Amino acid sequence: MGKAVTDLSCAAVVQLHDVRKRYHPGTSIEVEVLHGIGLTIRRGEFCAVVGPSGSGKSTLLNIVGLLDRPTSGLLSICGEQTTTLADRALTRLRGHAIGFVFQHHHLITAFSALENVMMPMLGAAGFADEAMRQRAASLIASVGLTPWENNLAGNLSGGQQQRVAVARALAMDPAVLLADEPTGNLDTQSADEVFSLLRRFNTEHGTTVLFVTHNAALAARCDKTIEVVDGRITD
Amino acid sequence: MFKPWVPFEWIVAIRFLREGRLQTLFIVAGVGIGVAVIVFMSALMAGLQSNFIRRVLSSQAHIQLLPPKEVTRALRQGDDAVPGEVEGAIVQPPMQRLKSIDQWQAVAAQIRTMPDVAVIAPVAAGSALVVRGSANRAVSVVGIEPALYFRIVNLEDKLVRGKALLSGSDILIGTELASDLGVEIGDKLRLSTVTAASTDSSTGSTVTLTIAGIFDLGNKAANGRNTFVALRTAQSLLGLAGGATSLEMTVRDVYAAELIAQHITAATGVQADSWIKTNAEFFTAVSAQTTANIAIRFFVGLSVAFGIASVMAVVVVQRAREIGILRAMGISQAQIMRLFLLQGGLLGLAGAVVGSAIGAGVLMLWQRMALNADGTPLFPLVMDPVLFATALVLAMLTGLGAAFAPARRAARLDPVVAIGG
Repeated sequence: MGKAVTDLSCAAVVQLHDVRKRYHPGTSIEVEVLHGIGLTIRRGEFCAVVGPSGSGKSTLLNIVGLLDRPTSGLLSICGEQTTTLADRALTRLRGHAIGFVFQHHHLITAFSALENVMMPMLGAAGFADEAMRQRAASLIASVGLTPWENNLAGNLSGGQQQRVAVARALAMDPAVLLADEPTGNLDTQSADEVFSLLRRFNTEHGTTVLFVTHNAALAARCDKTIEVVDGRITD
Repeated sequence: MFKPWVPFEWIVAIRFLREGRLQTLFIVAGVGIGVAVIVFMSALMAGLQSNFIRRVLSSQAHIQLLPPKEVTRALRQGDDAVPGEVEGAIVQPPMQRLKSIDQWQAVAAQIRTMPDVAVIAPVAAGSALVVRGSANRAVSVVGIEPALYFRIVNLEDKLVRGKALLSGSDILIGTELASDLGVEIGDKLRLSTVTAASTDSSTGSTVTLTIAGIFDLGNKAANGRNTFVALRTAQSLLGLAGGATSLEMTVRDVYAAELIAQHITAATGVQADSWIKTNAEFFTAVSAQTTANIAIRFFVGLSVAFGIASVMAVVVVQRAREIGILRAMGISQAQIMRLFLLQGGLLGLAGAVVGSAIGAGVLMLWQRMALNADGTPLFPLVMDPVLFATALVLAMLTGLGAAFAPARRAARLDPVVAIGG
C-alpha cells in the first residue's frame, strides 16, 4: 500500500476557515452556496450534519472530502493545507485520509463484496497482496457479511450493499469518514444497522465520522450536531 | 480473486469488459470483421503480385545486356564547320543488323564478380525459317548454354514431352509450333537463315536439327515462335562465330534489378535492361492495385477505430458513477485514463485475434475454392506470420488510439458530477 505523507493521527482532523463556495463565478448566474464556513472536527468525533435540502450540506461534504474545491477560504485535513494542493496530491490525500459512504452504495457491480472492499487498497498499491485480502475479509466480517463476501455486489440486498460500502470506506483506515445520507435509501431496520455499524467503528476504532442525515432520531444519537442553513452553520 | 501479478488497471479493465460482455462481443466482432478484411486483402494482394512476378520471371531473365544500337552519324561539313551544324536535313535511322556484344566474355566475367548477380548466361538469338515438308514458319532461334540458361529460365519444368537435352543437333520447340508442323519428339526440322550482309537467300545457312523436347511456356504466341538450340549451333546458324547477342542474368533481389542494371551499364558501358523496365505497364498496374488496397485498408481501419471510439464513449457514460467513486477512493486521473485505454487496446487486440482467425479461414477457403481449370489453386496464398503479427499490433494500437479521447474524458470527469449524475 502507498504511504501517506499526512500525519493521520492529528487531533484536529478537519479544519475549515471562512470557506466559501460559489458556482459560475463572474457570470450573471453566479450563486454562493456556502458563506464563510468555519468548522473544526476533532479526532474521534461523531458529528451529525443536518439541515434542509439545498442548504449546502452535500457541498460542504464534497469540499471536506476533497472532491470539490472551495472558491475561497482555507481547508486543512490533519493539519495539511489543501487549498493550494495540485489535483494529484489532493487525490492521494483523499485516498489515504478520507472514506466515503454515499446515499447510494456506489459499489462496482463487476466485483464481489470482498473485491469492492479491496479496491481502494488495490488502487493505492497498484497490485493485490494477501495483506489486502485479509484486511478486506476482516472488514467484511466486521460488517457481518462473511457468508456473502464472494457474491457480486449487484446480488446483495440494499442494506448489505450499504454495509459493504461502509467496509470499503474504512479500508484505508481513513482519518475521517464522510457519510452523505447513507441511510436515506434504507428501511428503518437497515438504516439502524448501518448507523450502528458506523457508531461501533467510531467507538471501537476512534474513526472520525461526519454523518449527513435528515433523520432527527439518528442525528440525536451523534456526539455533536452541525446544522447548515442557507450555506451557513448555525449555532 | 485478484492475482498478485496483475496491475490494478488491468483488473478493472478486464472486469468492465467482462461485465458488458454483449457490448464487448459486438465490438470484438466488428473489429474482427474489419481485421479479417484487411488480412484477407493483404494476403490476396501479396499472393497476386508474387504470383504475377513469379510467372513473369519464370520465362525471362531479370536483366538482359544488349549490344548498343547502331546509329547514323551525321556528316560534318569540313574543318571550318560550325560546331553542331551538320549537312543533310533528314537523318534516317539505320537498320539494326544482328551483332554480338563486343568482348562479351570479358563483360560476363566482370559482371560475374558482382555480388548482386546470381547467374549470367550468354545467348545468341536471331530469326530463322523452319521448314518441314511444304510447311514453314518464321521462328526465333535462341542459342543457349543449357547448364547456365536453365538456371535463369527453367525450361525443364516447362517441357511437356521429351528431354531438355541440347547437343549440337538438337532443338526444343513449343507446343504450338509442333502442332502447326505436325512434328513430334525425334522428328527432324530444317532451319534456314539469311545472313545480315545480304538479302540473297543463297548466302544464308541451313541446318537440320532433331526435336529433343516440346515445351509449353503458357503463351500461345511464344509456343509458336520460340525455339531453343545449343549456343554453338545458333552461332553457326546466325553467322555469329563465337558471338553472343545478349547476356542474360538473374539477380538475388528481383526488386533491385533496375538499380543493378543501371550499375552494370555504368560499369561496363553495355546497355542493360531490367525486367522492371521492360514490364513497366505491369508495375503501373501493381502500383494502382497497391494504392487501391492501401485505401481500402485505411478506410476499414478507420471504421474499426471509429467503432471502438464510439463504444468507448458509450462505456465512459455508462461507467460515469463508477469512475466517480473510483476517483473518490483515491484513484488518480492517470489510472482512470490507463484503464480505459487498456479497454480500447484489449478490444483491438481481441478483435485482431478473431479477425486473423477469420482471415486465415477465408484464405484457406479461397485456396480450395478458387481453382484453375486443372484443379490447381489459382495462385498460392502465403499465410505470412508477419502479416498476422502486424495486424495484431496495428489493431491494438488502433484500439488504444481510438480509446484515447474517451479515456481522457473519463479521467477528467468531475467526481462530484459523476457520482451525483
